[in-house]
Amino acid sequence: MDALDLARWQFAITTVYHFIFVPLTIGLAPLVAIMQTAWVRTGDERWLRLTKFFGKLFLINFAMGVVTGIVQEFQFGMNWSEYSRFVGDVFGAPLAMEALAAFFVESTFLGLWIFGWDRLNKKVHLACIWAVAVAVNLSAFFILAANSWMQHPVGTRFNPETGRAEMESIWAILANNTLWAAFPHAVAAAFLTAGTFVAGIAAWWMVRLVRTGDETRVALAREVYRPAVMLGTVTMLVAGIGVGVSGDLQGKLMFEQQPGKMASAEALCEGTESAAFSILTVGDLSNSCEGVRHILEVPGLASYLGTGSFSGEDSYLPGVYDVQAAYEERYAETDDAGEPISYTPNLALTYWSFRLMIGLAAGSAALALLALWFTRGGRVTGNRWFARVGVWAIPTPFLASSFGWIFTETGRQPWVVAPNPTGIDQIRLLTERGVSTVVSPGMVLFSMVVFTVLYGVLAVVWGRLMHRYAVEGVPDVVHDESPEARADDDADRPLSFAY
Amino acid sequence: MDLAILWFVLIAVLWTGYLVLEGFDFGVGMLLSILPRGAARAGVEGRDKERRVLINTIGPVWDGNEVWLLTAGGATFAAFPEWYATLFSGFYVPLLLILLALIVRGVAFEYRGKISDEVWRRRCDVAIQVGSWTPAFLWGVAFANLVRGVQLDAAHQYVGGFWALLNPFALLGGLVTTVLFLLHGAVFLALRTDGDLRERAGRLASALSVVAVVVAGGWAMWAQAAYSVPWTWVAVAAAAGALVGVVVMTRRRKEGTAFALSAVALVAAVVLIFGSMYPDVMPGLDGGESLTVTEAASTPYTLGVMTVVAVILTPLVLAYQAWTYWVFRRRLSAEDIPAPAGLTWKRIKDAAF
Ligand code: HDD
Ligand code: HEM
Ligand code: HEM
Repeated sequence: MDALDLARWQFAITTVYHFIFVPLTIGLAPLVAIMQTAWVRTGDERWLRLTKFFGKLFLINFAMGVVTGIVQEFQFGMNWSEYSRFVGDVFGAPLAMEALAAFFVESTFLGLWIFGWDRLNKKVHLACIWAVAVAVNLSAFFILAANSWMQHPVGTRFNPETGRAEMESIWAILANNTLWAAFPHAVAAAFLTAGTFVAGIAAWWMVRLVRTGDETRVALAREVYRPAVMLGTVTMLVAGIGVGVSGDLQGKLMFEQQPGKMASAEALCEGTESAAFSILTVGDLSNSCEGVRHILEVPGLASYLGTGSFSGEDSYLPGVYDVQAAYEERYAETDDAGEPISYTPNLALTYWSFRLMIGLAAGSAALALLALWFTRGGRVTGNRWFARVGVWAIPTPFLASSFGWIFTETGRQPWVVAPNPTGIDQIRLLTERGVSTVVSPGMVLFSMVVFTVLYGVLAVVWGRLMHRYAVEGVPDVVHDESPEARADDDADRPLSFAY
Repeated sequence: MDLAILWFVLIAVLWTGYLVLEGFDFGVGMLLSILPRGAARAGVEGRDKERRVLINTIGPVWDGNEVWLLTAGGATFAAFPEWYATLFSGFYVPLLLILLALIVRGVAFEYRGKISDEVWRRRCDVAIQVGSWTPAFLWGVAFANLVRGVQLDAAHQYVGGFWALLNPFALLGGLVTTVLFLLHGAVFLALRTDGDLRERAGRLASALSVVAVVVAGGWAMWAQAAYSVPWTWVAVAAAAGALVGVVVMTRRRKEGTAFALSAVALVAAVVLIFGSMYPDVMPGLDGGESLTVTEAASTPYTLGVMTVVAVILTPLVLAYQAWTYWVFRRRLSAEDIPAPAGLTWKRIKDAAF
């Protein structure tokens, strides 16, 4: 493997890894804030117990999001320095804004929230977790602004003297239609993840408690875990709709902006009207669509996803051959080294990651439907299947998000900055041109191995902690530690929380 | 004023924020095994309590401090893409080591108390210390190389290789940041702890400031003589004065003033470093190819956008971060530390998949 392949693998590994923790953070912060709000407003202790329980899981997860994020910030310069030179004038700004507007808020107010239970007035303390909840979503906005620009560069001109991209309008970049589809999609996916997480864990606990038959335990299931199941279920339902609607919008934009991604998502060789959406396809690994055979198909659906029409002239989807021909004519047939350029992304990967992203939503859907049924009209359940589905559903939205990114990013290949078909043609960059030239393959290999090993170890620690703290359940006793609730005004009492 | 120059100054300000703030939490991390002693009667447990005092003085703020680094990085990308690209691809190995250090350190802070187990705590303590010593030293190496100059080619790529970064001047620079952060951390602990720990931290701080005067003074003289410009003598003098002040103020138990003075020493160091670099962001070695502020800068439009953002947001950040320090102003001692709240290792293992 050369430095390019290694750098790509490294980027894929570290970024997908970062995005394991990110969706849970983005969705769970607001859910914990909602739980704490319910406690502060009603004084009802069970919401405090849930806040403490899910708050702890949130923190275990957040820590990993932070440490893996630091790597992301510097990777562009380390492994992708030529990319950084080309795009820096445009791309650096949202990154810097993210740090200034979002990272500072989330890290500072999270510190206040963790250590502030007995230091801050109840309302101020509640405001801290809300600040975190808003900031994590804001950080998603800015980083997706950067990413959407790579998918669909707008607000930029090309400077022929320096050969670089230059920002023309920050507003155009923040108003990018790709961003306004990707942001709701990624955030809805995050809420789906967190909703599934909360409902899944609470479902498992409910079943476990109800099965004991013990009266106080059943009461605990009814009073504490049932509301958590409901909160998670409502979140899943709303977020699920959001994911579908925004995903549909993304499909339409993708058709306009990156027809090659659309064609390879469907493994479509020749352009056709009324293209079918296949559910099962077999092919060889040569990345030519000659060997592709579609087995199970839904007629017209792929066309609808891209164009909004099931059939007729409007439903024409170009195939990978058409895109190849059009791009060769418009951009280049060969790269700097004189090699022919293939404008076809990895077909098997894009095809399957697209389907897995969508298909894995079934996990959350199953849990949501069962939850609606089993908890209807104030009921609780000891049904084993409910607990099983609860536990099995938890990883599905995480995987769906990973596949969503794998699709989005590999489907953009061979471009790292995809050309905007209606924009300035020079704003485009092949991935192979973005990689650092002064970093040796050995160096990249070394760093990739080190990161992978370290990340593997941390994943085990994270997984064990998450698992065990989830199995611990909500705390039995909770104290209202806020200054206004304490009778003693003793400044010398031990801290209520310490590392 | 020229926006590129303004941003050169602003990047220096961001690095100052980073070195002053994370400087003391690196210092605290480095002192984790040096400062705590087991009270004779409490033994191992007493020592662990004191370690936890140290960690808890920075617990609520270390992540906020680290964001100054992320902002410095992001702002360099936005305002000086060429600098970001050349620096981070060129200084690949030190940066990689710093990233690894920051990862294990952050995880150790957050997870140390989650598992109540002696072996786990020792491992986290090692991670915190390695994670603090490594960047404390390497940031000094990196900056000293920027003062000294690096080997660039005509396309502004760093071509000196890794070993060239480990020259004597840079290694001494690494020692300087290490000592300054140790000192800064010790003064911070004298300010934030109580009782015996406060005494020990104060004594250590006085001793360290003498070392710092010698080490940092020596390096600064070398820098002035070989690589810098005359006006940065002012910064050198300010640093020397501040370090002497630290000795006096810790002896008088005026820890607040002492902390402010050790912060001044760090500010002066940044002034010296950036003052010597200007008008380059990466001076050439021995007068070779260099990368200037103007060459590295983004377009005026981007710099303008970034200026507006920075002018609005930076005061806000400073305000709420200052408020955080106010909220957690109370001095800590071993009596404040509650019993460990984590689960035992056995319990965690029992649940393993
Ligand atoms: C859609 C959301 C999203 C995406 C695509 C990314 N991140 Fe992220 N990132 C977050 C959402 C997020 C977050 C929710 O804000 C995190 C996760 C946990 C956390 O602490 O904040 C975070 C943490 C985080 C941190 C640590 C912040 C801190 O110390 O508090 C950094 C430096 C980055 N990220 C940088 C990046 C970069 C450079 C990315 C591009 C490759 C990236 N992230 C992708
Ligand atoms: C967290 C969500 C993300 C995931 C899971 C993800 C995943 C990936 C993957 C799998 C690749 C490799 C594609 C390939 O080489 O075929 C890649 C490439 C890349 N992505 Fe992303 N990405 C994410 C977000 C982002 C964001 C937000 C940015 C920019 C701000 C970005 C910038 C890049 C760049 C520069 C590459 C170039 C390397 C390459 O093409 O191989 N990514 N990403
Ligand atoms: C109704 C089903 C869905 C549809 C129609 C859909 C559609 C899409 C499309 C077209 C893209 C690519 C955008 C582009 O490259 O321009 C995408 C990306 C993505 N999808 Fe989905 N999706 C669906 C379900 C899901 C689910 C269930 C999740 C996760 C829980 C998810 C998470 C993601 C993520 C994280 C990305 C990459 C980031 C982004 O571009 O927003 N999607 N989706």
